[in-house]
Amino acid sequence: MATYSTNEFKGGLKVMLDGDPCSILENEFVKPGKGQAFSRVKLRNLITGRVWDRTFKSGESLEGADVLELDMEYLYSDGDMWHFMRTDGSFEQYAVDKKAIGDVEKWLKEQVVYTVTLWNDNAIAVSPPNFIELEVVETDPGLKGDTAQGGSKPATLSSGAVVRVPLFINEGEVLKVDTRKGEYVSRA
Amino acid sequence: MSDDAWMGDGDWHPSAEIAMLRERARLLARVRAFFAERDVLEVETPVLGHGGSTDPHLASLSLEATTPGGRERLWLQTSPEFHMKRLLAAGSGPIFQLARSFRDGEAGRRHNLEFTMLEWYRPGVTLDELIAEGDALIRHVLSGDPGPLRRRRYRELFRDALDLDPFTAPLEALRARAETIGELSMRDADRDGCLDLLMSLVIEPELGRGGVDVVIDYPASQAALARKHRDPEDGMEVAARFEIYLAGLELANGYDELTDAAEQAVRFEADNRQRQALGKPHVDIDRHLLAALTAGMPSGSGVALGMDRLIQLALGKESVAEVMAFATPRC
Repeated sequence: MATYSTNEFKGGLKVMLDGDPCSILENEFVKPGKGQAFSRVKLRNLITGRVWDRTFKSGESLEGADVLELDMEYLYSDGDMWHFMRTDGSFEQYAVDKKAIGDVEKWLKEQVVYTVTLWNDNAIAVSPPNFIELEVVETDPGLKGDTAQGGSKPATLSSGAVVRVPLFINEGEVLKVDTRKGEYVSRA
Repeated sequence: MSDDAWMGDGDWHPSAEIAMLRERARLLARVRAFFAERDVLEVETPVLGHGGSTDPHLASLSLEATTPGGRERLWLQTSPEFHMKRLLAAGSGPIFQLARSFRDGEAGRRHNLEFTMLEWYRPGVTLDELIAEGDALIRHVLSGDPGPLRRRRYRELFRDALDLDPFTAPLEALRARAETIGELSMRDADRDGCLDLLMSLVIEPELGRGGVDVVIDYPASQAALARKHRDPEDGMEVAARFEIYLAGLELANGYDELTDAAEQAVRFEADNRQRQALGKPHVDIDRHLLAALTAGMPSGSGVALGMDRLIQLALGKESVAEVMAFATPRC
């Protein structure tokens, strides 16, 4: 694996730090008026999701991490593992464990394409598409005529997520939801 | 890259809004008016020179050019200092310049590979008088009131913020603090390396809050091109230079200028030896400057101010890129 010097650090670069693969979020060049330069780097630990602030001397380097982000279609869960398949025509399948799925479990829907992060060919994280269409499986009955006024109620979606929806939404309707904020966008 | 890779490329856009460039032009006009009022001559000196900056912590860019002297290596200036000092030696009197300057590898919210340096020199003026003028210039450019001017001694800043004496603390103590605060290995770092880290991470961000802070009495080892003298209060050797901070940002760096050619030559050579020790490339020293100092440069003070940063603060922006037509990633 290649090594990267601080002047090559930029958002999205994957490097190894303290034995964990990390993604660089920000690299801020700092330097007193006269004197030595440093890099203040924000990195996301791809295993724990935690964000680290670290300082490096200008010119220091880190080993690159063998991390790939691939599009994969969600297939099914066998209870212990969640199974995904590459969309590049290889039909190669990957099993993702509970830790790597994390909060994304509540946004899983068969045949939808997710981004799966692989480190040394093991899945370590999954991220959902920004918007996803899901069916309402449980909510209070809709209020007729109330299509414009404010007010909201909780609705449980087919994937298990619960989002606030307008009062006029009924069970069985398919909604467009923003997975980043966990918010209702519109009827699909 | 394919031939039509330019299609759909959003990076052709300026990094600053056009309205900001109008504001920038207005502020630059204010700077020129400030110096015209004070009879300081505007000059333009070359971006290229036969010598570069030997400062071990600056990376100079150079190129090869065909000149009347043949094929030569020329250096993109990291500041207009050397050329301006030659003008002083030639009898220019007080001068200022808005000079495009280049520093390889410097990039970020506060840095850009090429940037505009406002630099001015005042023969016969003390460092203290130049601090007052620097403060006046900053207030002339800013629209709001930044608060009072405060002089802060380097030694006291470290004592107050870190309970550490930067002049007398053992190297091991400095390394330990730097390691804890920066979460990095400082095993091989020298005193100044540790002090630079602590300055950058702990002290700088708090400077220039609620006032204009001027840091004075730097360690002699950080003198660069300033004179050194004994502090009358505690007898420590200090560098006669200052830095001005506002809103956590270093804006300006001023010197009681070194005029001794022999001492300057010694510092150039020492810089290049340190560069070699650090594995950094040799930089051609500026022989014209040494000759000018030998001929005689009037004593006085000079200061370099990061114009883009001052404009950034005046316009309430987060980065220098937002007040530059095309920051380096888009150049």
